[in-house]
Amino acid sequence: MNKGWSFYRKLFTSTFYLSAFTFGGGYVIVPLMKKKFVDELKWIEEKEMLDMVAIAQSAPGVIAVNTSIMLGYRLAGISGAFITVLGTVLPPLIILSVISLFYAAFKENAAVHAVLKGMSAGVAALIADVTVNMSKNIIKEKNIFSILIMAVTFCAVFFFNVDVMYVLLISGVIGILYTLYRMSKNRGNAK
Amino acid sequence: MIYLQLFWSFFQVGLFSIGGGYAALPLIQKQIVEINHFLTMNEFVDIITISQMTPGPIGINAATFVGMNIKGIPGAIVATVGCVTPSCIIVLTLAYFYYKYRNLWAVQGALSGLRPTVVSLIASAGISILILALFNGYSDSWQNIDFSQFDPWAFILFVIGFIILRKFKANPIYVMLGCGAAGLIIYTI
Repeated sequence: MNKGWSFYRKLFTSTFYLSAFTFGGGYVIVPLMKKKFVDELKWIEEKEMLDMVAIAQSAPGVIAVNTSIMLGYRLAGISGAFITVLGTVLPPLIILSVISLFYAAFKENAAVHAVLKGMSAGVAALIADVTVNMSKNIIKEKNIFSILIMAVTFCAVFFFNVDVMYVLLISGVIGILYTLYRMSKNRGNAK
Repeated sequence: MIYLQLFWSFFQVGLFSIGGGYAALPLIQKQIVEINHFLTMNEFVDIITISQMTPGPIGINAATFVGMNIKGIPGAIVATVGCVTPSCIIVLTLAYFYYKYRNLWAVQGALSGLRPTVVSLIASAGISILILALFNGYSDSWQNIDFSQFDPWAFILFVIGFIILRKFKANPIYVMLGCGAAGLIIYTI
């Protein structure tokens, strides 16, 4: 696929824009990415985006950066990854550089606190919306296995604070075992 | 060579911060405060506060802040590049193998287990953020909710934002900006 200048510019501005609004932790980039790259630009599918987030989460480093590397590589190889990393890193780099010059004033500012408090409710709404959409899509597949994994891993992480790395590792292994089981069952039926 | 030291210490932060977000905090603290004395503990706590108030991952924020303090803008750039270099190498390798082998049954199987897990990870992070927003930042998990800190305005903003997102498929960024503007009016009056 031949990617022109306008494609790279779009890729850069999109990731820059997303990163500038990723308040409240790495996962906030997921609803923003889904809206932009899955729903709006239709460059990737939701399933593939979930794979990207899974891989990004399994690697060390920052989730938002890792996810954008996956995205850039998928869309335009190494040069794409370079562009998306640049787009993701520049907003915090610029914002923090400016803030570090007068951070005492920024930290105490009542207006800044008020805006951020309002925004945190908005961020919560955003994640709630994307969670409802994604879990609906999983439930719609009517695959008991996926629904069970979703329920159990949620309880493990949310209620029992199990380390995310273990949860990912175990659900990956269970996925492989379940696929093996289904394959052997299909083979048995064919005979 | 201060640039090399900056690069190397944030390279380690990027390499060993597994699990993302606040899981990486002790490690960042060790590199910045204890080993290299780039910052005092109080300045480190300030970075955490600022990271909660600005977009962007805490690792990158810390790198920029430390770099700026030590060597100005070139320092900030060197530290940030150090922080993302391990990610670039590791994730690109994983991406290469994912696109090469993703049609293999074993990879498909593993991903069929991982996809629902990612949804539940996002859900879990989302509920923590919601608890933080609704209880004025005093609680972040279901175990330590302080109901006396309940903020009805945050709840109203959350519900309105959620309805606008679901019914009108609004652009999430406008919803965030709208909630920020509403917060400015509500909380400063």
